[in-house]
Amino acid sequence: MTLIVEARHRFGVFQLNAAFSAEGGVTALFGRSGSGKTSLLRIIAGLARPDEGKVLFNDQVLLDTAAGAFVKPHRRRFGYVFQEARLFPHLSVRSNLLYGRRSAAAPPLAADFDRVVQMLGISQLLGRAPGVLSGGEQQRVAIGRALLSAPRLLLMDEPLAALDEERKAEILPYLERLREDAGVPIVYVSHSVAEVARLADQVVLLKDGEVASIGDPSRILSGHSISTFDRREAGSVLSGLVEDLDSEPGLVRIRLKEGHLLIPAHGLSSGKSVRVHVPERDVIIAVSEPKGLSALNVLAGSITSLEQDNDTVVITVNCGGDEIFARVTSFSAVRLGLSLGQKVYAVIKSVALER
Amino acid sequence: MDWLVLSDEEWVAVRLSVKVAAVAMLCSLPLGILVAYILARGRFWGKSILNGIVHLPLILPPVVTGFLLLVTFGRRGAVGAFLYDWFGISFSFRWTGAALACAIMGFPLMVRSIRLSMEAIDQKLEEAASTLGAGPLWIFLSVTLPLALPGIVAGMILSFAKAMGEFGATITFVSNIPGETQTLASAIYTFTQIPGGDAGAMRLTLVAVAISFAALLGSEAVGRILSRDGRAS
Repeated sequence: MTLIVEARHRFGVFQLNAAFSAEGGVTALFGRSGSGKTSLLRIIAGLARPDEGKVLFNDQVLLDTAAGAFVKPHRRRFGYVFQEARLFPHLSVRSNLLYGRRSAAAPPLAADFDRVVQMLGISQLLGRAPGVLSGGEQQRVAIGRALLSAPRLLLMDEPLAALDEERKAEILPYLERLREDAGVPIVYVSHSVAEVARLADQVVLLKDGEVASIGDPSRILSGHSISTFDRREAGSVLSGLVEDLDSEPGLVRIRLKEGHLLIPAHGLSSGKSVRVHVPERDVIIAVSEPKGLSALNVLAGSITSLEQDNDTVVITVNCGGDEIFARVTSFSAVRLGLSLGQKVYAVIKSVALER
Repeated sequence: MDWLVLSDEEWVAVRLSVKVAAVAMLCSLPLGILVAYILARGRFWGKSILNGIVHLPLILPPVVTGFLLLVTFGRRGAVGAFLYDWFGISFSFRWTGAALACAIMGFPLMVRSIRLSMEAIDQKLEEAASTLGAGPLWIFLSVTLPLALPGIVAGMILSFAKAMGEFGATITFVSNIPGETQTLASAIYTFTQIPGGDAGAMRLTLVAVAISFAALLGSEAVGRILSRDGRAS
């Protein structure tokens, strides 16, 4: 799968001028609200037309303003999951799920229907009206409805944004399963570092309507391009392989480049490659190896940068090739006498890494 | 209680009224839905003119509407002559003419009701349908139309009720011929014009009240069934 998108569009004072390409897997369009993520997604779907631009999918021209080419949304066969579920209120859950079947190129088999229903855990809801479902249930049905239209590409516009934390936690595992099982490429719009860290294979960072950078999630999400817009979510993203702990079933070990992290297991199975988002405000810095702590993760490393940010300092600790960020108050930094190249220990509670 | 029993001629007028109103409602329904959809969704030059024309029968004196129908659809009118010469369809002094007059008088009410319910539909649902592969026509049939159903039913009832009571335009266009164009309203009018006709007028009035009331109750029942369908959200 290759998706190539180029768009220039002016909405009042806001100007969108972005281009990127994606190859299979999950591509996250990431940026703060108003950075043009949703507009780009709507352009890919054909729900909006830019002033100038191109959309190509596997060499098929879907939009080319220069040549006057435009393929209507219903002919693109791209599934779209909106922020709100947008279920049809006059149809039952089952009829909603089957709505796209009529126009799918290869109608999904009964087995596909059962598989999707099972994967999303919505089998008890089939006979109900959408109005009586909870937000999380509605969103799961919306995802199933998009999948059962047998899309060539799945577009997801902050499918979790309208939900509370509990519902998010309920749906995220389904999205992960979707990434692994469904085999449909996904373009995922989000402003949540945690979501993107978990799901994306490639990140397109948007800023004020332009592409600020494109690349691997660990690289894009860890840096300070992110920290400037949501300080609470800023941090590092570490990738590693899951290893089981025979002695402790509630925990798993994530093998990093050197050293490891212990995090709550929550269905993670051995051998899987995962990314862990370590928020910088949850990292403690110690100058000597700490003893008698409840925190399970103590990583030794050396300070590679100290950045002043108002009353706080962001410290970068290189732990055998993995960079961990810690945000501490200026007061602490001075009190500990932190300096470049110093040997320190980064301390992270396992519970803070709960996925 | 003998005065309550309807005579044969009166029965004819009642049946004719129901027939005229039903035909007027059903025949104007497709056009009413189309015009309501165009007014609710369309963005084009002359939309307010179209809106004005649709609403004209509501504002004009019914006699004027009837006269205009006579001029256009009469045997020698521009449209009437064409229809008669080519299709053998004649409206003047026929019950079909009464239905045409009723349809036109009820049209603004029908369109207004359907238009309002279509404007209330969340267009995001139609957008979602298009991403699921539904083309414009299928979206209209599978999403827009079912969601507008309460408004369509209300519009049908309003049009029917208007047709049952229509008098001015009908009598001007197709006169008051017993058995052909004499509807409930014109029959009541005839009774009031003859000495001792009060009892007859009262009988037909009771019938008119009963039919109108039944239509109203029927529409409420339909509304309840539709809202029970889980359309509450």
